[in-house]
Amino acid sequence: MYGTDFGPDDAAGTGPRPPAPDEPLNAADAGIFDDLLEHDLRIEPRDEMPEAYRSTLVRQIAQHAHSEIIGMQPEGNWITRAPSLRRKAILIAKVQDEAGHGLYLYSAAETLGVDRADLLDRLHRGTQKYSTIFNYPTLTWADVGAIGWLVDGAAIMNQVPLCRCSYGPYARAMIRVCKEESFHQRQGFELLWTMCRGTDAQKAMAQDALDRWWWPALMMFGPPDTGEAATGGHTAQSMAWGIKRFSNDDLRQRFVDMTVPQAEKLGLRMPDPDLAWNAESGHWEHGPIDWGEFRRVLGGDGACNAQRLAHRVRAHEDGAWVREAAVAYAAKHADGRSRRRGSAA
Amino acid sequence: MSERAGWPLWEIFVRPKRGLSHVHAGSLHAPDAEMALRNARDLYTRRGEGVSLWVVRAADITASSPQERGAFFDPADDKVYRHPTFYDIPADVEYL
Ligand SMILES: [Fe+2]
Ligand SMILES: [Fe+2]
Repeated sequence: MYGTDFGPDDAAGTGPRPPAPDEPLNAADAGIFDDLLEHDLRIEPRDEMPEAYRSTLVRQIAQHAHSEIIGMQPEGNWITRAPSLRRKAILIAKVQDEAGHGLYLYSAAETLGVDRADLLDRLHRGTQKYSTIFNYPTLTWADVGAIGWLVDGAAIMNQVPLCRCSYGPYARAMIRVCKEESFHQRQGFELLWTMCRGTDAQKAMAQDALDRWWWPALMMFGPPDTGEAATGGHTAQSMAWGIKRFSNDDLRQRFVDMTVPQAEKLGLRMPDPDLAWNAESGHWEHGPIDWGEFRRVLGGDGACNAQRLAHRVRAHEDGAWVREAAVAYAAKHADGRSRRRGSAA
Repeated sequence: MSERAGWPLWEIFVRPKRGLSHVHAGSLHAPDAEMALRNARDLYTRRGEGVSLWVVRAADITASSPQERGAFFDPADDKVYRHPTFYDIPADVEYL
């Protein structure tokens, strides 16, 4: 989710198509993949790679891409109701960036021999996942601030290490994305900072947004994967492949350490009675996360799962005539060009 | 009509500023070159990243084969005399 691999696609038999590289793979070159990884060099699209590596990347990059474009919805809801022209322009730019992030990522996935149309099909059929965070509703304007500050903040924490991911096209997409994300986080903080210095009602609205978004933001890093949980998930394999550089728990901890002082600056209270500074470890310790809720939302039982998917499918279907018209125009144009070339000959 | 059949893949090259060459930025799908240019403008130069764009149909690119990487690039490996550091020059000679 937003760069965290969170499990297999839902329906069996709809997995990624077999690789469609430009050329047959050369068995004599079989050692090169391990060699490249060992030297921390990047794997590029036409390199020989294990099928499990390829399909893991397809799944993760597709989930990441889906998250970017579904992520346009919760904030897009507020574009028409932004309180000023400045805020509206900022929000439009941010939502447009998220569309761009989706496109960078679909392109990266396509270098692995899958087709964007297929990935979108799988999203629309509900067989491929996206981040659970976007299945929560945006109830007030303060939620736009909380998303920028917390959700984009958590996404940055996840995405920065992915700039060094072993798969070249994914890493390059992440570099571009990370450059753009920092404005996303800052505009969210600024929005809340403005509200927190406003009326009591505005400050209460900011607090309410933090109360609702804090725990889902912590869940964005994925289930625990250190200590006893280290053997359960994909983390160890992803780390061995150089896809993942830090555990979910490490990244979550960094996020908490970064965010607690920021909340203090805003004058907001973290909705966690157990949150405590541990002077010995030098970290903020948070209370238990409700992983039951995470699994429920991932499984389809969030407040907005059905709405998000229905909206996405409707947008796709409503846009079909535009795509068809563009193709027809291109074909007509190409005919004209070849006729002109023909008559000149 | 499906995207697969209708919209070819384009590779996008951006010249970041005058004096620099175009650099590969990424790729996108578009029905024709003109739309590819417009989409590339929106996708890869939202923050003044470029002063010029090239779009090239991915299918028109001929690439060297990764499998023949060895044989293809080997000929340069044993020609160290192509590098200035190969030459023994007395340390006290200037401007060489
Ligand atoms: Fe994004
Ligand atoms: Fe973002």
